[in-house]
Amino acid sequence: MRELGIILTMAAVTALLRFLPFIVFRKYTPPYIKYLGRVLPPALIGMLVVYCFKDVSFSAAPHGLPELISALCIVALQVWKRSSLVSILGGTAIYMLLVQVVF
Amino acid sequence: MKKQVIRLAFKTSIPVLAGYIVLGMGFGLLLHNAGYGPGWALLMSVIIYAGTMQYVGVGLLAGAASILTTALTTLMVQARHLFYSISLIEKYKGMGKYKPYMIFGITDETYSLMSDPYIPVDKKDEPLYRFLVTLFNHCYWITGCVLGNLLGEVLPFSTDGLEFSMTALFVASFTEQWITMRDHVPAITGFVSSLLCLAVFGPERFLIPALLLMTLILTLLRKREEAQA
Repeated sequence: MRELGIILTMAAVTALLRFLPFIVFRKYTPPYIKYLGRVLPPALIGMLVVYCFKDVSFSAAPHGLPELISALCIVALQVWKRSSLVSILGGTAIYMLLVQVVF
Repeated sequence: MKKQVIRLAFKTSIPVLAGYIVLGMGFGLLLHNAGYGPGWALLMSVIIYAGTMQYVGVGLLAGAASILTTALTTLMVQARHLFYSISLIEKYKGMGKYKPYMIFGITDETYSLMSDPYIPVDKKDEPLYRFLVTLFNHCYWITGCVLGNLLGEVLPFSTDGLEFSMTALFVASFTEQWITMRDHVPAITGFVSSLLCLAVFGPERFLIPALLLMTLILTLLRKREEAQA
């Protein structure tokens, strides 16, 4: 019963955070919120990139090299091919090769 | 026509497939080791559907946390969802019957796909397309969570490094939005605010300060933009 309470609470609070802005601004979206909607996506994705690297240790070997090399390959692939699928699959394959075989 | 939309939605969701199966299996395994079976993994992945939160949730379950602790922890870990939703209000207008599920299904990864300015289908197929991408991602996550829990510790092959596909997704989205958008100030603001807060607050608690800092800077920049106009 306690477990069910914990799980339902996590589900309810998460859903609340997801729905709240849509409920508050369901009739009218103020210009400020529209502005945030326009500028936040690249900022938030920048944050997610940093989040993914938060536990990478740059001081200890291999100094985050597998992550950095793979990330650079993804940027290069994306600029070249403009296909997220190609960049993501390619970058992940390079990373797996680096951590399993090279480093 | 519908088949085409399903195909394109599936194609968009493929990058999330591998990552969600692997990360989901990691969660399923963790939950298994904490003594909870596949029914619990299914329930959590269906109704919570949030990667980090479910990992944190295993700790809450194991430590028999109180409802208040659980609610506050969830609020802290999931605060970024407020920002995802704020930035999707305009995009999700006119999504009709699909909208509630699409809002429920916003995750870091789904957000990354949804905030892409480019949509591969016609305007009229957009609601179905967005709904299907959300649904496919949710299905991958549920599959991973339940599978990891059932398999326990025996994984059939070495998946070392496969979890990097999530990082890859964000790096590719960041690059694509950088190429598409003329104004690079928001991207730089988000990236630098996060780095700064990571250095100051450490890896466990930098997200909320980073969210506040980037929103503050972007707000101040808007005032300046208006003053100049």
